[in-house]
Amino acid sequence: MTAATVRKPGRSSRAAALAAGLRRCAVPLALLALWQTSVGLGWISTRSIPSPTQILLAFWELTASGELAVHLLVSLGRVSAGLAIGVSVGTVCALIAGLSKRGEDALDALLQMLRTLPHLALVPLFILWFGIGEAPKIALVALGSAFPIYLNLFAGIRTVDAKVVEAVSTLGLTRRELIAFVILPGALPSFLTGLRYALGVAWLSLVVGEQINASSGIGYLAMTARDFLRTDVIIVALIVYAILGLLADLIVRVIERSALVWRPAFIKE
Amino acid sequence: MSHNLPQTAAPEPEAVVTVRGLVRGFGNGNVLDGLSLDLQPGSFTALLGRSGCGKSTLLRTLAKLDPAPHGTVTLPDERAVVFQEPRLVPWMPVLRNVTLGLRHADAEARGLAALAEVGLSHRTRAWPLTLSGGEAQRAALARALVREPRLLLLDEPFAALDALTRLRMQRLVETLWRAHAPAILLVTHDVDEALLLADRALVMADGRIAADIPVPLARPRRHGDPGFIALRSRLLAELGIDEERLAGQEPQRSATDSRSAAPGVAVGGYALPAGAVAAPSH
Repeated sequence: MTAATVRKPGRSSRAAALAAGLRRCAVPLALLALWQTSVGLGWISTRSIPSPTQILLAFWELTASGELAVHLLVSLGRVSAGLAIGVSVGTVCALIAGLSKRGEDALDALLQMLRTLPHLALVPLFILWFGIGEAPKIALVALGSAFPIYLNLFAGIRTVDAKVVEAVSTLGLTRRELIAFVILPGALPSFLTGLRYALGVAWLSLVVGEQINASSGIGYLAMTARDFLRTDVIIVALIVYAILGLLADLIVRVIERSALVWRPAFIKE
Repeated sequence: MSHNLPQTAAPEPEAVVTVRGLVRGFGNGNVLDGLSLDLQPGSFTALLGRSGCGKSTLLRTLAKLDPAPHGTVTLPDERAVVFQEPRLVPWMPVLRNVTLGLRHADAEARGLAALAEVGLSHRTRAWPLTLSGGEAQRAALARALVREPRLLLLDEPFAALDALTRLRMQRLVETLWRAHAPAILLVTHDVDEALLLADRALVMADGRIAADIPVPLARPRRHGDPGFIALRSRLLAELGIDEERLAGQEPQRSATDSRSAAPGVAVGGYALPAGAVAAPSH
């Protein structure tokens, strides 16, 4: 233990928090400085990797020209359409399989088999089926995101606390009320977990989909940049993907926070 | 001190629960083996028995949670159950839990009244997972009470509570029973609890009611009363417990010491040692 970790009682904890924050940032900042100087002094070729300032500059140029916004909107449109289809299909299948034994017999085995397929391997088939327009890209996102929703929601419906369901069944609720008030709210945490996975898979599918025959989108931006050896633009595209992924996760967290207020972790007394 | 306590011989009103020849088997052997039972309206009955004797199975059959494939069971429509765990729906505030399934236009007012009766007026909007064990169990009681049951089934409802909370809950159940007069069937493994609350103690063995013992003690009841002590010995004997030998094995916990202590607080201490009679039957 270093002397710095020993906190004197009575000393303001804000100073300690600041120090901890600085310690956490120290290594990334040092690496960033090393990166900048290495490229600046010519130790690393800008063809392999540009300096952080060059990346910032490329980011600024793409933003100022409006190019980034156009591609971003196209990518967001594809992900939204694919997710809407995937989440809907996954939810409907999970409700059918989760809420009835017959539905489970009809769907579960099939879906469990299909989910073992790496869905990105279907790209060649999708191109043959859907051509090279928007359809294969959206289909890829939809297919990828449907399975995490199905698996988690199905498991969530089946693992709602049986003791609570039993107690509620003595209260004279109809089956429809039981599903609406108890089973579906009980499966909501699992659904949201599935949604987070689905968002991750959706971005991954988009990255792959946009590198095939695309004429717009963040992936297209990166592909054309490759042809012009613009590593700075490629890295901008990567950063945009990362930020979008983080934002999607943040949105689900916000939904969780408001939808699951009854959970002890979210309750503030 | 007499073992020949007066029997209740008043003309019986029509029973609210009638069970005849109930048989239920699991794998090898029958858990319920030709069991018959009547419960009178407004009566308070305790059901005792060793672990695995089928007392919880009987209660679950009366709650219509388990089927009754053989035998006849007549039940009132107005039934309510309180389990060992509160079993509240965690994503509904306490009041919504209480009114769940109520069809009355004034369901909310009824719910509030029931919560006031169990002393939870200040927690109506709370999430169930923020309640203490005693509060949650009182909410479960309110949820049962608000349905104005003619039959209230209690499945070891105090077993998971600490000794002081348990005492308070026992008093509360007695008060509520006096106010609303449902027929209560209390499954318990605690002889003292049975004698404190019930007017009739049933001991189950081999899938039947092995002993049907009236408890004609005046209320409020105390552990030190001679009638209480006599009935306690009799019930323990029915459950196959030799009190003298128990006392000999555990001198510091001898029955006489506990009885001379303040009534009530010592209950938990000398309630049947869990290993001796029955662990909670779940």
